[in-house]
Amino acid sequence: MYDWIVSHKISLGIWLKYGVDFLNRHAQAAFDLTSLVLSAMVQGLTDALLAIPPLALIGVFAAGAYLLHRSVGLALFIVASLLLVVNLGYWEAAIETLSLVVWSTATCVLIGVPVGILAAHRPMLYAVIRPLLDLMQTIPTFVYLIPTLVLFGLGTVPGIISTVIFALPAPIRLTQLGIASVPPSLREAALAYGATRWQMLFKVELPSAMPTILAGITQCIMLSLSMVVIAALVGADGLGKPVVRALNTVNIAMGFEAGLAIVVLAIILDRVCKRPVPRRQRAAR
Amino acid sequence: MSIIDMKAFSQAAPAETETESAVALRDVDIVFGRSVKAALALSDQGATRQQIRERVDALMGTFKVNLDVKPGEICVLMGLSGSGKSTVLRAINGLNRVARGSVVVRHRGEAVDLTRCNAAMLRDVRLNTVSMVFQQFGLLPWRSVRDNVGFGLELRGVRVAERRRVVDEKLEMVGLADWADKPVQELSGGMQQRVGLARAFATDADILLMDEPFSALDPLIRDKLQDDLLDLQRKLHRTIVFVSHDLGEALKLGNRIAIMDGGHVVQFGTPTDIVLKPANAYVAEFVKHMNPLEVLDSGTVMTPLSALRRDGDTVLLDGSGGVRVSVCVNERPIMAHIGGRQEALGFADTTGACGDPGRVIVAPMTLPLRAAIDLRLRSPYPIVFIDELGRLAGLCDHTEIYRGLLQNNGLPNP
Repeated sequence: MYDWIVSHKISLGIWLKYGVDFLNRHAQAAFDLTSLVLSAMVQGLTDALLAIPPLALIGVFAAGAYLLHRSVGLALFIVASLLLVVNLGYWEAAIETLSLVVWSTATCVLIGVPVGILAAHRPMLYAVIRPLLDLMQTIPTFVYLIPTLVLFGLGTVPGIISTVIFALPAPIRLTQLGIASVPPSLREAALAYGATRWQMLFKVELPSAMPTILAGITQCIMLSLSMVVIAALVGADGLGKPVVRALNTVNIAMGFEAGLAIVVLAIILDRVCKRPVPRRQRAAR
Repeated sequence: MSIIDMKAFSQAAPAETETESAVALRDVDIVFGRSVKAALALSDQGATRQQIRERVDALMGTFKVNLDVKPGEICVLMGLSGSGKSTVLRAINGLNRVARGSVVVRHRGEAVDLTRCNAAMLRDVRLNTVSMVFQQFGLLPWRSVRDNVGFGLELRGVRVAERRRVVDEKLEMVGLADWADKPVQELSGGMQQRVGLARAFATDADILLMDEPFSALDPLIRDKLQDDLLDLQRKLHRTIVFVSHDLGEALKLGNRIAIMDGGHVVQFGTPTDIVLKPANAYVAEFVKHMNPLEVLDSGTVMTPLSALRRDGDTVLLDGSGGVRVSVCVNERPIMAHIGGRQEALGFADTTGACGDPGRVIVAPMTLPLRAAIDLRLRSPYPIVFIDELGRLAGLCDHTEIYRGLLQNNGLPNP
């Protein structure tokens, strides 16, 4: 019995490989196009940010954070920590990482928020995609790194794709949660005053769910950042690269410095995104 | 404040209300749950709500509810929780689907049946004709007071400048002009409900649905808002359907009251009807706990003219004939005769204010009983009441007051 089971192996892996090969052969154009567009976007943003003198850009970041949060402490922290990154020599890599995070988060939000809204409105749909979301978050990253590598080639793009797969469930889940937990009394009030579906979505559901959705986006940013090193394994530029190199050469100093730069970036992004614009400012519009 | 006021006199005949109603419900059955047909079949066989729920997967919200609300009146739906009052209210703007029957609303001068009209028409009715005030306010917490009040207009697509003008006017009306830019969450409960009222008035809807709007507020604030609502109604003359579980509130606000029990309307009538002629034990139970001073007016407790002794053109106010009032040909009181002496009459207004309580006092019969008692205490003579045409209608002395308070007035009903 045991021998029989062992000798008749189900070729799950082979089938998947054929699938990927099939896609690679017949949908190559589509993947190439995606690859081209994504890498152009990342490269474009990186180049644009690097064209600005680092010190000026740090000033802009600090000023932006101050306007958003009215916190001098945060602005000072941003200036000090980014100057440290410049000092360590990872400014360029940090910008590359930032660009990667920005675009993968943007992709996640663009896909995740609408899917989350749909899922909230159609519980059946959510029941279907929930196991899929669990899968996306639990399956080891390296497993889907290989097919994305085959389909999109080496470089930044498979990094972004893997990052999106890993980070996408967060905005979907939290958007769904936010929209599904809009108080029924608010929905009813809007309905009683004649709201259409779109008015309901944009004037009631989204504003009410906004804090939760923003939490989802912040989480998404953090998850993207945590993928930086793995993305570097398939050739994505950024702060992950020196970490991988340090790992290969057992270079403790380099690994620590690059890691520190990632942490600094993470703290800044978290602090800046954490609290949205205070309620009062939006309400007084 | 007159509780049972002039409307009691102008009770329209049923035939008239058919065409004039602002809101008319005909045999409305509302069913929650899946087995709608089975539930309706059972209800036709006379099954109660409980029996239907045990047998099929459905809960009857209402059974054959009929209701006519005339333009400009406040109709109160009253009952314990679960009696179906809110269910009926929500049918009037289509928030609850009606399984059977019709809900006709006067919209842009035409009768629109909400159970048969299309979605676009339903939306038009909600945008322009029917607005609603909620028990839990239903305000958007992230918006300012102004943006909440303008919500209905915003949904209608009214431009910002126009919206602002209307909103500021309504905020002025409910006394919140200084709070326009505050986030709505910073306001107290009573103020939030004022915002809810302003929002409902802002769309200039003819029909206002109020779902226990004051129940979540503490008693003093509730009383104040009730008075404010009555003041506004005197100016604006909207048609208001008001849900309440408090008979005191219903009697204070309602021109007519529909009492509901288990999804049925068990009595629909004026406050006086409800108090004096409860249709069944359920209604009587509500009425029993009422303070009659808050409900009754003098007209309902007085001894009518027909039961008084007359002597030519004078009417005797006491048994001995020592106090009399002479009336002219059209029955208006002219002069008092006290122990043979002629004296001028004193007149009281609808609140019971009177310049000279030492005389025989003439008051309108809509005078609340409380004010009548106060007058009788200050005056040495029985109070004489006149109807809305100024004709002598009856009198009220200690006996009538005691009977009224005990609510066992052995009076012939007018």
